This record gives sequence, structure tokens and C-alpha cells, in this order.
Amino acid sequence: MSSVHAALGATDLLGLFAHFLLLSLLAVGGAITTAPDMHRYVVTQQHWLSDAQFSASVAIAQAAPGPNVLFVAVLGWNVAGPLGTLATMSGILLPSTALSLWATRWGAQRSETRGVRAFTTGLAPLTLGLLLSTGWILAEPFVRNPAQRDGALALIGITLLVMTRTKASPMWLVALGAWAGAMGWV
Amino acid sequence: MSATPDRNAALEAPASIAELFLAFNRMALQGFGGVLAVAQRELVERKRWLSNEQFVDMLSVSQVLPGPNIVNLSLVLGDRYFGLRGAAAALAGMLLAPLAIVLALTALYAQFAHLPAVAGALRGMGAVAAGLVIATAFKLLGTLKTNRMGQRICVAFALLTLAAVAWLRWPLLWVILGLGSLAIGIAWKQWRP
Repeated sequence: MSSVHAALGATDLLGLFAHFLLLSLLAVGGAITTAPDMHRYVVTQQHWLSDAQFSASVAIAQAAPGPNVLFVAVLGWNVAGPLGTLATMSGILLPSTALSLWATRWGAQRSETRGVRAFTTGLAPLTLGLLLSTGWILAEPFVRNPAQRDGALALIGITLLVMTRTKASPMWLVALGAWAGAMGWV
Repeated sequence: MSATPDRNAALEAPASIAELFLAFNRMALQGFGGVLAVAQRELVERKRWLSNEQFVDMLSVSQVLPGPNIVNLSLVLGDRYFGLRGAAAALAGMLLAPLAIVLALTALYAQFAHLPAVAGALRGMGAVAAGLVIATAFKLLGTLKTNRMGQRICVAFALLTLAAVAWLRWPLLWVILGLGSLAIGIAWKQWRP
């Protein structure tokens, strides 16, 4: 992806920042849930990035270590360089960060109350269901592609075994996956 | 099912802000394809700062609040130990080094994206990332045994959530408002004093 950072003016940067501020408060379930709207704004509406550049931004962030939200940093970088990253990252993080801190402090003071207990007790099974869903959504493209299915299922099976039976670091499994993929087995 | 310490094992706490920063930094740098799986291993199994039950509780809250789940979890844990400075240290540990790496990768990407081995390696890492998340879910399923709603109701809600999100592709907001309020309502009755 050539760094095309169109020289965005201050108004455009502010608009980018404001849009991500708004998305931050809508990002229930993680930043990736607002990706469709980011695409609509950055690609369809403003024409700052092409479709391919948008997809590549998400793929690069997936391949790097760290929280998935970093795809937002890559998007900002590809739109407007370092200032773009500053605009998108501070926008996506500031409102949710402030709200999370406030809400959890509020909840911590009331952690023994019936309401807070009912809240965490009730949501615990949904949280596990969401984890399983995330796993499925990540695995699905491999399972649906006959050329990749066997290799990917083998990797997923090995990962499940190693993670539930041993204390090995996930890093080794990621390295195994990279190696198997580079050899053309996935 | 797993080598996880049980919930009665004594918990520990970070000794300093520096330890907090380094722990989150270490987690972030191991987190290919997401940090959640690594976070359970580090915070519960290695550091023993949280029990599996506490981890699920914090994750539940992080998921309902807007914003990246793992970032919310870092903030909340840092804040619990060292207040705002702790929250800032945990957040910096989680984001700074990975941010530098991902921007460097962005710069390199253009030169290597066309190589089949590079594309293949990304696919392999993606498959392992899927396995890591599923393994974390399996390990945490044990926490439902002590849930007041009872195991059957919990498994039903977990499966309904899986069906709604992965199969029907409902927006998360509706799943939480619909299934979530129902589950909280049931739990509210179970916690009757």
C-alpha cells in the first residue's frame, strides 16, 4: 500500500477525529464491530482510502501482535500519516476509556449489591457464547474454503490440545501457524 | 479439563506500577490475532492476579461497555491496583509497543504482500488465532458451574448467544439487550436475599 496520505487539512483531520469519537461510544463488543461504519465513512463517503487499502489495513493489524483495535491506527496512518493515527486512535479511545473507568468504579463500590451481582451472573454465559462466536467467525473463512480447510482444522485442533493440556505460551503456536502457512499447508 | 489454578488458590497482586506496565506489555506482544487468549493465560495462570471467575466477570463488564474489550480490561485492572496512574500504565503497556510494530509493518507491507509464503504465513497465524480464542472459551466454561443460574440455563444462554451472533449474525447490541436482559432478569431472581 503506497502511503498516499493525501495532505488532509485541519478541518478534515478534525472531522476524522470527531467521527471516531462518535464510533467509540457505539463500539459495544469491541472496535471491530464498528469497522463497517468506518468503511462507509473513510472509503465510500470521503474517498480517502480505496477498498483494497481498507482491507489491507485490517489484515496488517491482525498479523501484528497487540489488541485488534490497532487496525484503527493503521487506518489513520493510511489516511493522513502520524496525525491521522493520532486523530483516529485518540478518537476511538477517549470516550470509551472515560466511560469504562467511571462505570467500573461505580460498579466496584456496589459489587456486593443484588443488582451488580445479577448483572455479572447473568452476562457470564453470554460472554462465553461471544468468545465461541469470535472463534467461529475467525475460523469460518478457512472452513468454507476446501483448499485451506484441512490445514486450518489441523492447526486449530493442535492449538486446542496444547492450550488446554499444557502451559506452553501461545507464541509457539502462532509461530507454528506462520511456518505451516509459509510452507503452503494452509 | 485444564491446568488452571482453581478459584480457591491464593491470588497475588502487582508489586509496582512498573510490574503492571511490563505485564501488559508482555501480554500485548504475545497477542497475535487478539490479546484475549494470552490475557487469560497471563493474568489467571501465570500471574494469578485474577481467578477464572473474576476474569469472566471483568470480561463481561468490558464487553458491555463500549470500546475495545481488552483495552477496557487493562484500564479496569490497572485502576483497581493503582488508580488512574495504574490505568494509564496498563493502557500504555497494552498499546505503545504494538503501535510502533504495526506502523512499521504498514510501511513494510507494500514490499512483501505479493510473496505467496507471506500470505500463507498470515493464513496460518489466522487459523491459530481462531483456535486460541476457542480454547480460551473452553477453559472458562468451567466457571459456569458455580453460576447461580445453574449449569443448564448457562449452557443454554451460551449456545443461544453463539447461534445469534455466529449464525444469525444479529448485531451485538440486540443480543445484549435481548438475551442479556433476560439472563440478568433470571439472575436477579436467583440473588433474592
